[in-house]
Amino acid sequence: MNLVKLTIDNKPVVVEKGTTLLEAAKSIGVNIPSLCYMKMDDMNFENKPGGCRVCVVEVEGRRNLAPACKTECMEGMEVHTHSVRVINARRTVVELILSDHPPECLTCAKSGECELQDLAQNLGIREIHYTGEQSTYKGDQSPAIIREMDKCIMCRRCETACNEVQTVGVLSAVNRGFESVVAPAFEMDLDHSVCTYCGQCVAVCPTGALTERDYTWKVIEALVDPAKTVVVQTAPAVRAALGEAFGMEAGNLVTGKMVAALRKLGFDYVFDTDFAADLTIMEEGTELLDRLNRHLNGDQDVKLPILTSCCPGWVKFFEHHFPEMKDVPSTAKSPQQMFGSIAKSYFAKKLDKKREDLVVVSVMPCLAKKYECTREEFSVNGDADVNVSISTRELAQLIRNANIDFTSLTDENFDNPLGESTGASVIFGTTGGVIEAAVRTAYEVHTGKTLEKVDFEELRGMEGSRKATVDFDGLKLNIGIAHGLGNARKLLEDVKSGKSEFHAIEIMACPGGCIGGGGQPYHHGDVDILKKRQRAIYEEDAGKPIRKSHENPFIQELYAEFLGKPLSDLSHELLHTHYFDRKKKAEVK
Amino acid sequence: MAKYKNHILVCGGTGCRASESEAIASNLNASLSENNLQDDVQVVRTGCFGFCEKGPVVKMVPDNTFYVHVAPDDAEDIVLEHVIKGRKVERLLYVDPETKEHVSDSRHMDFYKKQLRIALRNCGFINPENIDEYIARDGYSALGTIMEEMTPEAAINVVKDSGLRGRGGGGFPSGLKWELTRKSEADQKYVVCNADEGDPGAFMDRSILEGDPHSVLEAMAICGYCIGADRGLIYIRAEYPLAIKRLKIAIEQARDYGLLGNDIFGTGFNFDVEIRYGAGAFVCGEETALIHSMEGLRGEPTVKPPFPAQSGYKEKPTNVNNVETFANIPAIFLKGADWFKKIGTEKSPGTKVFALAGKVNNVGLIEVPMGTTLREVIFDIGGGIKGGKKFKAVQTGGPSGGCLTEDHLDLAIDYDGLLASGSMMGSGGMIVMDEDDCMVSVAKFYLDFTVEESCGKCTPCRVGNKRLHEMLDKITLGQGEEGDLTRLRNLANVIKDTALCGLGQTSPNPVLSTMDNFPEEYQSHVKESKCPAGQCRALMQYVINSKLCVGCTLCSRVCPVDAISGEKKLPHVIDSSVCIKCGACIEKCKFGAISIQ
Amino acid sequence: MSKVKNLQDLKKMRDDLKGKITLREKSDHPDSLVQIKVSMATCGIASGARDTMNYMVDELESQAVDAVVTQTGCMGYCYAEPTIEVTLPGEKPVVFGQVDTKKASEIIEKYIKNGELVDGIIPDSYETIDKK
Repeated sequence: MNLVKLTIDNKPVVVEKGTTLLEAAKSIGVNIPSLCYMKMDDMNFENKPGGCRVCVVEVEGRRNLAPACKTECMEGMEVHTHSVRVINARRTVVELILSDHPPECLTCAKSGECELQDLAQNLGIREIHYTGEQSTYKGDQSPAIIREMDKCIMCRRCETACNEVQTVGVLSAVNRGFESVVAPAFEMDLDHSVCTYCGQCVAVCPTGALTERDYTWKVIEALVDPAKTVVVQTAPAVRAALGEAFGMEAGNLVTGKMVAALRKLGFDYVFDTDFAADLTIMEEGTELLDRLNRHLNGDQDVKLPILTSCCPGWVKFFEHHFPEMKDVPSTAKSPQQMFGSIAKSYFAKKLDKKREDLVVVSVMPCLAKKYECTREEFSVNGDADVNVSISTRELAQLIRNANIDFTSLTDENFDNPLGESTGASVIFGTTGGVIEAAVRTAYEVHTGKTLEKVDFEELRGMEGSRKATVDFDGLKLNIGIAHGLGNARKLLEDVKSGKSEFHAIEIMACPGGCIGGGGQPYHHGDVDILKKRQRAIYEEDAGKPIRKSHENPFIQELYAEFLGKPLSDLSHELLHTHYFDRKKKAEVK
Repeated sequence: MAKYKNHILVCGGTGCRASESEAIASNLNASLSENNLQDDVQVVRTGCFGFCEKGPVVKMVPDNTFYVHVAPDDAEDIVLEHVIKGRKVERLLYVDPETKEHVSDSRHMDFYKKQLRIALRNCGFINPENIDEYIARDGYSALGTIMEEMTPEAAINVVKDSGLRGRGGGGFPSGLKWELTRKSEADQKYVVCNADEGDPGAFMDRSILEGDPHSVLEAMAICGYCIGADRGLIYIRAEYPLAIKRLKIAIEQARDYGLLGNDIFGTGFNFDVEIRYGAGAFVCGEETALIHSMEGLRGEPTVKPPFPAQSGYKEKPTNVNNVETFANIPAIFLKGADWFKKIGTEKSPGTKVFALAGKVNNVGLIEVPMGTTLREVIFDIGGGIKGGKKFKAVQTGGPSGGCLTEDHLDLAIDYDGLLASGSMMGSGGMIVMDEDDCMVSVAKFYLDFTVEESCGKCTPCRVGNKRLHEMLDKITLGQGEEGDLTRLRNLANVIKDTALCGLGQTSPNPVLSTMDNFPEEYQSHVKESKCPAGQCRALMQYVINSKLCVGCTLCSRVCPVDAISGEKKLPHVIDSSVCIKCGACIEKCKFGAISIQ
Repeated sequence: MSKVKNLQDLKKMRDDLKGKITLREKSDHPDSLVQIKVSMATCGIASGARDTMNYMVDELESQAVDAVVTQTGCMGYCYAEPTIEVTLPGEKPVVFGQVDTKKASEIIEKYIKNGELVDGIIPDSYETIDKK
């Protein structure tokens, strides 16, 4: 190992060669303020354009100030992080950013979570000495994401997320100088672009330039409408993160409190998307076995590997970029949409209500779900299966609006029948979870044996793309896992060129899976938060009495009473979908 | 082959072509044919002669007569009088501005006397579209000699010994750059020629490519041999069509002769060159931004290190030099590092090409040894200030350079001298200003440019320069406040200290240098709302001298906003709150009664 | 055009091509060369100045004498046409009259190459249009 010795604020420090000044300083308790810089190990996310110039420090012997995030430690460096020269420069730079930023903190969606606001507070900026014209660029309201580009500070994090992590390539810097802004090409709206609505841009945006489209008011309207029966479903990853919005430590599971809060908010039925996740396993797992058996019997037309289809960002991604492969992914709808379908058929019938009288609200860690529920194929006669999708952050907002002291709530349980779930469905919230859940069921169905150990550790982890082989009693099943669309793209290229050796691949658009979704409480670049959420998810699974989807009694009841069996005609009608070639759909408006 | 007794060199640079030098050449040919002289006299379209002020320029060989401001219609006279009768066409001769005498031989013109042409050695001399003429001038023999007789290391040492520094502005030792790129290990390396000349008014790179493209190609091949690269890329702005055309012709001809391509000089060395087009962004002259632009990315600079010598185009070691730097290379090898080192100053050997512009008599492209003083350039070569006005300042280094004053006139021009006095070499722009120029407006003018050309990546340049510009605007409008000058200086210093790339770091130079050298001018704008140079329109006051005014009413009738009032035959007055300072009244007044204060 | 195969090739090519631009090279430093002006007004041409000039150009080149031959207007010595003015480096110009090719040959041999004066010098002082 190559070590270098230097001093930072007169304190000696020894670091490995290649360490940046910012990291070296942090290691000795010197927190140099930064803004555009964001690095998430394991997530393939590193944004350090060295553009904001907030982290500048003085290096003796150097003509100008050095950006700490970009400057590597060198032997013998003497670094000063808070000399008068540095403080004056840093304050001036932040004042410049503020001078080109709308002073709308009071009403900004990001207020309280805004990194620019925090920075200005930490530096104690009380006056902006350099005021002038503010740059402006047209805003954009897609079904999922709102872009208020006047608030863009050109940190380029969204660009890194969109291009390097997700390889979607919608967002990049356009225009020059003062007019520079990050936007889709040709002034396109997101809606007309190949945006997948994964929301990773929103997750990393330091200011209010990128936020989710807020549907809380639509929820409130439904709740106060006496003619409507309002049903809510909550995705698995929400309960692992919602607590953070109320100051709780990351990794705290708040399932019971969440249910209690939803009930207090006035939802008529508090259900669980996990139930639908179990249902997804029944359909998708059966489909996997079906394709596998046909393949083993020599059917040349069967498409393998099967690809999971729960993630709407991922679905839109392959519809745009790999439309020629649109018959490869499983036809199973996502859990959100399966839930909507069942709620508005099976459950409405149970209540003896028309589907139009039901309002299905979903609480999701995701922004793409907002878009997914608006897809035409997911509605009947203009009535959407899922009427409104809100994010974890919006749910927190609703709870605060209702004056609920979340942390002191007593745990409550979901309603039945659509609230019962197994451990298999809980792990849908993390990368590797869907495929592990599928394997648990498929193994038992295929072999007729009971699993001795339901934990498939080989499928777990945080690496961007992983592979494992699961032994189905002699049948070796090769499984691939990718999270983050950039990783997915690589696996997909292999499938396309026929090089893939996998039988099944799980793909999640967001790094970490749904726990790292675009609708979750902001992580501000702290990967540990995602890891804690992941741990919480596996804990919940481990604590569940039933851990295999096919053992969910209400699922069994649903099939017995209503659907018949997996892949039945009714299942196909209600629980399966088809995909579109969107390659040419991206248009310049 | 026809044996010509006379050559007529017609400038084919962009400037002279714009004033119909092509038509001059074809008229000359027509007239020669008419007189059956087509086999005696050859008309050659050359590159730029540099004396653009006097263009289109035609030079007669061998008697060296230099005709200026030639029109297509003059072609016949040149043939009939000069060629046939041997009489010089007096009206086309250059008139010395001081002695008022006709000077026929360009070697006797002050404009050329103090020049020494190395980079421009072939410009205005050879036909750039004919490789034979370049070869006749020892073209490609530097490359051949190096490849047959020298190791790459030895050749790099020649460049190092010559002390040649990058002519694009930074002044980084070229030999060292080559050595660093050579030492970087990789399966592929690149030679890049930076032809993204962006300084407003600077056109030396364009002129070299238009007038002597082979010198750049030869130098790139030499560089490729030295650093171990087999591919060269020329990044040139698409708005240089003539340079591009001539480069393309040159590349084709060099390939035909086997001087580019595979197995050059039978040594097994391969090198080829392709052209990449830029869209003319100033920042793409910065080497990392240039490389990103070639990669199809946004033209934005990145923090160095890594330097292109380590990781450049497509993340491979890349040596980037600008056109003028390359143009020096073959001459250095032909004449030796010692020869080169003797020219110029100790730390800045050789010559530098400047685009001399502004309020001087002789505007044009000049090449002088380093160490020449500003006074020699402005007053000897440049012929002094136009209209007999007083010299006020000279701005060197393009938009990011500084303004130097009379006190600096005896400064010997080189990299370090300019830097020490608050300006810089840049790529060689030199703009002369006289007493009528307002230095605040000058600073604002340059900021206009940098604000326009900022890539927007870093805050200090993106927002800071915008704010600087706004403050300067405010000051020129007479709205400057107490404290503005302190803020202006602080902001300028912070931008210099924190901006990401060379463009941003140097963009406040015009502000800082004018504040340093002309503090009283800023003071009077802010404190007295006065522009001493009388250039800031908002600060002008049109006043009627009641003693001179006879009340003829002409002025009040011509005033478009009815700002002038008064009884007939009595002195009039101007209401300055209404006056829009259009100047119409001054033009009309026959009695000189109206003045600007 | 065939390819340049080695440095030798290039050098040969250069030597062959030099002639294309020697005129220009010379005009860059005429003071160090022999300068010859041939009077080519109507009278000069009528009495054979063109032949004289062509002869001078060819002969000087074949004998490898560094010289510049230019034409000029009427020198005023119509009785003695063709007339030529020869300026050796560092010397005053000398005008010769009635220069036919034979005379030209003599001038080259004796005066230009060896500095010996020959008959036919027109002694008057005069002024060319080159006002110094």
